[in-house]
Amino acid sequence: MNEEKITLSYGSGGRLTHKLIKDIFIRHLDNSILSQMNDSATFELNGRIAFTTDSYVVNPMFFPGGDIGRLAVNGTVNDIAMMGAEPLYISLGVIIEEGLLLEELEKVVISIKDAAEEAGVKVVTGDTKVVEKGKADKLFINTSGVGVIPEGIDIRGDNARPGDLIIVSGTIGDHGIAILSERGALGFSASLESDTSPLNRLVASMIDTVPDIHVLRDPTRGGLAETLNEIAQASNAGIEIYESEIPVKGAVKNACDLLGLDPLYIANEGKLIAIAPEERVSLLLDIMHSSQYGKDAKVIGKVTGSHPGIVALITKLGAKRILDMPSGELLPRIC
Amino acid sequence: MSIPDYNKVQLARSILSEIVSISRRKITIMEFCGTHTHSIFRSGIRDILPENITMLSGPGCPVCVTDNRDIDYCISLSSMPDTIIATFGDMIRVPGSLKSLQDVRAEGKDIRVVYSSMSALEIAENNQDKNVIFLGVGFETTAPTVAGSIIEAEKRGLDNFFVYSMHKLTPPAMKAILDLGEVKLDGILGPGHVSTVIGSEAWNFLARDYAIPVSIAGFDIIDILLGIKMLVEMIEKGEPKVINTYLRAVKPSGNRYALDIMNEVFDVTDSYWRGLGMLPYSGLKIREKYRRFDASVQFPVEVKECVENKICRCGEVIRGVISPVECLLFDKICNPGNPVGPCMVSSEGTCSAYYLYGARR
Repeated sequence: MNEEKITLSYGSGGRLTHKLIKDIFIRHLDNSILSQMNDSATFELNGRIAFTTDSYVVNPMFFPGGDIGRLAVNGTVNDIAMMGAEPLYISLGVIIEEGLLLEELEKVVISIKDAAEEAGVKVVTGDTKVVEKGKADKLFINTSGVGVIPEGIDIRGDNARPGDLIIVSGTIGDHGIAILSERGALGFSASLESDTSPLNRLVASMIDTVPDIHVLRDPTRGGLAETLNEIAQASNAGIEIYESEIPVKGAVKNACDLLGLDPLYIANEGKLIAIAPEERVSLLLDIMHSSQYGKDAKVIGKVTGSHPGIVALITKLGAKRILDMPSGELLPRIC
Repeated sequence: MSIPDYNKVQLARSILSEIVSISRRKITIMEFCGTHTHSIFRSGIRDILPENITMLSGPGCPVCVTDNRDIDYCISLSSMPDTIIATFGDMIRVPGSLKSLQDVRAEGKDIRVVYSSMSALEIAENNQDKNVIFLGVGFETTAPTVAGSIIEAEKRGLDNFFVYSMHKLTPPAMKAILDLGEVKLDGILGPGHVSTVIGSEAWNFLARDYAIPVSIAGFDIIDILLGIKMLVEMIEKGEPKVINTYLRAVKPSGNRYALDIMNEVFDVTDSYWRGLGMLPYSGLKIREKYRRFDASVQFPVEVKECVENKICRCGEVIRGVISPVECLLFDKICNPGNPVGPCMVSSEGTCSAYYLYGARR
């Protein structure tokens, strides 16, 4: 294994900085816009633009099912996709803690390249900084992205309407528990993988067939509970979900039982919630089931006119209780 | 073997209908354990039980019963130079007299959340230039693993690993609540995890001396409903006994191995409980033989005058005397984002269960 480490001089703008950018970033991520190496990337876009940014500080950097690089691409791609937009270009800012192995950085960059290809987006601009040991945790990544919203699409978090049904695209909690397991927090291996995935192609096929989807959201940090609460509040509508219908893998459920956690509050990185008029749902499910990213999609509840702003959970025993926002620090940071 | 979900719900419904058919009297049952409290709220068991059965939450939340002075001591420990505090997550948000461990962490103190005392040992091994102090909170379920870590630290020859023991024993707390007589209990749902270690026989005194039936239960909805059913049966027949419904985990005499490790490292001592005061023989201190691991001996830090929030009624919640909603602070000032007392912080706390599962609205 190559033991070469990144030192402060890699970030000071001289020859080493250029070498780092050329040998690692350009080498793997090259495309016709990036290779122009101007101060800004320039490109043409037509239509309404979706624009988003997110920072990634996950520890550990590498985990089953992905790494910080794949997460950084998918996270931003998914935030754009949740507006119904087609993600096109992303930026890549990295803050490297002195001492990171060059080989590890390259591994992350290769995974950024793979993830960008999988999602069909290009990295068109970037920045690298190196900070002293202890001033960052190995590697922090920021990605921003732009995408174009197709004509006639109006998907927003405040658009849920009474009578709509709520779909989740697959099992919940996989990412958060995979990270915890990799950290050794469970004391055993949970044989679980993070679900980090790009959802833009799934979304494109969904809106292609059902353009009148009301809400799309990806339940990342804070899990399903947080996202549903945000939707209920933004839409000023009530939400009712059925515990028995929520798909949770056995390993996630067991790990949660052991640690006293609730899968409904655990982060996902490759799942979405879709809210659509009831009569459109069976068609929507058919489309989702034909995608590898939505094959386990199912209806988990509905939007109601009663208790606006509040999410209610019907337990397996048939009791109804409030599903609240998570509060405070649930877990050590995981995304 | 696990029961498929669908069958589980059917089974739960049939146990429930048995409860309904045998239950005549108006009764109050206390679930001792905070994990039971949360399971009961999460699954909605309180809402589906017949109206004549009242469930009351007990003191079985280790963080909640930890005294303010102990929290202040932990904060003082964290302020020593070259010190890493390793703690379970629940502890860091508990407010002490002036601040919480979370506050001092934001000030730059090195406080790390671990899921096991063995992780604290790893931190000590990897940071030999620092003193690593593990905050030992928990009942008989946790104490053996902490004892095991101390024995392991000795084996590895670690001289920078310490434990501040705030461990407590559960039977004295149950006894104290009955002796106080503030709440009238007809039955007690015994703690499943604790009993795995101390055994079902450890609760015999409740049936014998207080004529109160006990049923020890696991944490699944089936476990809890079955536990309640057995209690109702005993109460209706007037036959107080200790019944173990958590047979797959709990033995009459408990886990000998865990008890031996616990007794090897810890000695029983008097301990101060939030809400219950000083209870004789209710805590665990590190034995003389292992004193070099005892943070209270090695670091006798000064704790300034303790200040209690006079309006916070955590103490009464712990004793089951009031419901959290009767506290003036509940939901108005005190919530999981801004907890005034530990019962709102801990994932086993009664106030947090009431808040999270919507008893406030």
